[in-house]
Amino acid sequence: MIRSARLTVGTAALALLTALGLTACSSSSSSSESGTVIVFAAASLKESFTELGELFEKEHPGTEVTFNFNGSDSLAAGIVGGAPADVFAAANTSTMARVTDEKLTAGDPVTFARNRLTIATAPGNPHGIDSLKDLTAPRLKVVLCDVRVPCGSAALKALSAAGADVTPDSYEQDVKSALTKVQLNEADAAVVYRTDVRAAGDKVDGVDFPEAAQAVNDYPIARLENAPNASAADDFVALVTSAEGRKALAKAGFLAP
Amino acid sequence: MTAHPSSQGLDAHLVVERGSFRLDVALSAAPGDVVALLGPNGAGKTTALRALAGLSPLTGGHLRLDGTDLARTPPESRPVGVVFQDYLLFPHLTALDNVAFGPRCRGTGKSEARARAAAWLERMGLAEHLGARPKRLSGGQAQRVALARALATDPRLLLLDEPLAALDARTRLEVRAQLRRHLADFEAVAVLVTHDPLDAMVLADRLVVVERGRVVQEGAPADIARHPRTEYIAQLVGLNLYRGRADGHTVRLDAGPEVSTTEDLSGPAFVAFPPGAVTLYRNRPTGSSARNLWRCEVAGLESHGDQIRVELTGELPLAADLTAVAVAELGLHPGAPVWAAVKATQTHAYPA
Amino acid sequence: MTSTAQDAPRKARRPRAPGRRVPLALLAPALIGLAFLLVPLLALVVRAPWSDLPEQLTSPAVWDALRLSLICATTATALSLVVGVPLAWLLARTDFPGRSLVRALVTLPLVLPPVVGGVALLLALGRNGIVGQWLDEWFGITLPFTTAGVVLAETFVALPFLVISVEGTLRAADPRFEEAAATLGASRFTAFRRVTLPLIAPGVAAGAVLAWARALGEFGATITFAGNFPGRTQTMPLAVYLALQNDPAAAIALSLVLLAVSVAVLAGLRDRWTRAV
Repeated sequence: MIRSARLTVGTAALALLTALGLTACSSSSSSSESGTVIVFAAASLKESFTELGELFEKEHPGTEVTFNFNGSDSLAAGIVGGAPADVFAAANTSTMARVTDEKLTAGDPVTFARNRLTIATAPGNPHGIDSLKDLTAPRLKVVLCDVRVPCGSAALKALSAAGADVTPDSYEQDVKSALTKVQLNEADAAVVYRTDVRAAGDKVDGVDFPEAAQAVNDYPIARLENAPNASAADDFVALVTSAEGRKALAKAGFLAP
Repeated sequence: MTAHPSSQGLDAHLVVERGSFRLDVALSAAPGDVVALLGPNGAGKTTALRALAGLSPLTGGHLRLDGTDLARTPPESRPVGVVFQDYLLFPHLTALDNVAFGPRCRGTGKSEARARAAAWLERMGLAEHLGARPKRLSGGQAQRVALARALATDPRLLLLDEPLAALDARTRLEVRAQLRRHLADFEAVAVLVTHDPLDAMVLADRLVVVERGRVVQEGAPADIARHPRTEYIAQLVGLNLYRGRADGHTVRLDAGPEVSTTEDLSGPAFVAFPPGAVTLYRNRPTGSSARNLWRCEVAGLESHGDQIRVELTGELPLAADLTAVAVAELGLHPGAPVWAAVKATQTHAYPA
Repeated sequence: MTSTAQDAPRKARRPRAPGRRVPLALLAPALIGLAFLLVPLLALVVRAPWSDLPEQLTSPAVWDALRLSLICATTATALSLVVGVPLAWLLARTDFPGRSLVRALVTLPLVLPPVVGGVALLLALGRNGIVGQWLDEWFGITLPFTTAGVVLAETFVALPFLVISVEGTLRAADPRFEEAAATLGASRFTAFRRVTLPLIAPGVAAGAVLAWARALGEFGATITFAGNFPGRTQTMPLAVYLALQNDPAAAIALSLVLLAVSVAVLAGLRDRWTRAV
């Protein structure tokens, strides 16, 4: 409820931005692509997409990319609720399905990246965690994502593949807050994405585990059917799926599709 | 009393400075005395009372009660009872619990405190109202509960702030008489603050008149009523008062005219006479034996009891009391010229 | 004038003067305000998946979350009363340097985004927090991920409501009653306990209700500081939020349960007071 309220405000602000951007640019620029491209993207894409956005703006002068980074589900709910967006990049296929089910994407979504899980620990891994089984140690404080968000369902799959019966201290509402608990040293370990550990720099360490292969997340991207700026949106999707896009995503820790 | 009568009772010199206002009042009283602080609004009476109770700090002077220095004692530790102007009965407590509150706070057990409270309320004639909340009590009843509450702690100093001001005229008469009785029974010092001279005269043995933070006159009520020394007191007691210089049976007033008196004085003097002693004429009287005759003009008329008080300006500003019939016969109205006469035998002169 | 105006005095406790109508300039914005508050709630009711509701209501997870919400909000309110009423008294009745600054600081959690409040609580009371590390070291107490942590997070956001409400009531209350109590031998504490507190009881109750309602709806500080674990730290707002992630219908159903319980509790309390007065 709280999130959806915020989303509505954000949507209104975006709509306003769009209107301003479109009028401002359409009168001044004769370029085939202009105006604002509004990209709704999963929170885990923040670093890589911000970089790609800057690249896109450089390649398409007069265009501006506006991002709305948030949990994929909230974004999907916003799009289904009529939020004006050009591109949607989700952290898993099931979330994207909610948008395709409503026939709101232009064509089928494309998988542009994959993300795998890792165990985030304090720098230097002071508790010597090597595997998912180690997370069952009684005094260890472990947080997982709630099963209803993508990183949680993926973690559940991996944990059952490992036969590790972990009772966490908390089911966090998203991957960033799970990671924050480790960064603040309130939790000893969290199962998060490799990209999140990469983005956190030296504040956390990542411990990879083989079962992560069982729960790889596909990241789909699609231009939306009602995109206000369709041609620029298509170009942005093309950039994300290009070699350049791959490079930026790989730098953030994503795997190639 | 005791071997050291001088140490018993109240011995206070209250100095309270607040902004530009300065209260500087010396006050002393023996046990059993009832002292009234009388003065106009803003004179500092209530400030003096609050200083006695410990609710306002003294900035100077001293305060001793029965030989004990109280100047630095917090209010809850002073053997002082206060009846506030609007009583301040605790609205959430019954009359009984209001009165029992003091004894309870001073360490008496619950049942003992309630028994004492009940006894006090019965003495006040409120036996049937023990369980009543303040808002169910009449003004007079509330006043008596407040008095019982203040007395229930056996104070050595009882303070009453305008004890009758909140009552209507009819209740006032009755409560005044009761209060007088209770104060007469009270064996320690009582100080009451009032701006009503009647309350002060009826209730107190001694008046201390305060104006602008200073004591301007003090003494027995009858004495002050006969010999007012300020315009304020003269008005309060209903006298025309003038200051002048006496020379035998004549006082030349500072205001101009002379007044013949029966007293033989010399030097600065006051002359006073009651408004009832003034006779008014539309035309200059010829056969009148009055030697004090002044030409005046009616400034205003207002009813005053069963009489009409006529305010006069002119040679000598004064107040005269006439019957309604006399006013009608004289055809008095504001602006009407009149002659005012007072017999020398009805004036009263005394040294200033 | 109208028949209603004539009927009114008979029904109303305090009769209205005839012809005294509510001016449109007040009525119109008032009704707009009321609609603004009620329409979103109405939308929840209208769009509620009524057919799913029985299923939601029989789920033990819902009752766990609801029970935890009620327990934590009530405990947080009690805690707020214990420290908040004396704090309000201090602000209203004493004079100390920097009092207005302290008053401003007390209201700060009102403007702080709750999630930031949660992070602040972690930094203060977390396992590594400036206070929390000593709690852990000396007493072995860790607050994050515990029900106690939920109570603290809710208290953090609810306390300002209580303090402001009680302080306002105290300022409106006649301080001379305390003086009267003092002349009767009551220490300041006794005067507060036996005179002031009963006098301001309605204001304290109103503040407590406000605090309780705020605590009951608390989300951001709770999930940040105490995390989310069913039966231990997952209160209704957390359950609602997470349900919203993939099952909006369930989220609406949970919201309705929370709303219904709040309305029932608040209406029940109100009845009790009006009868008591």
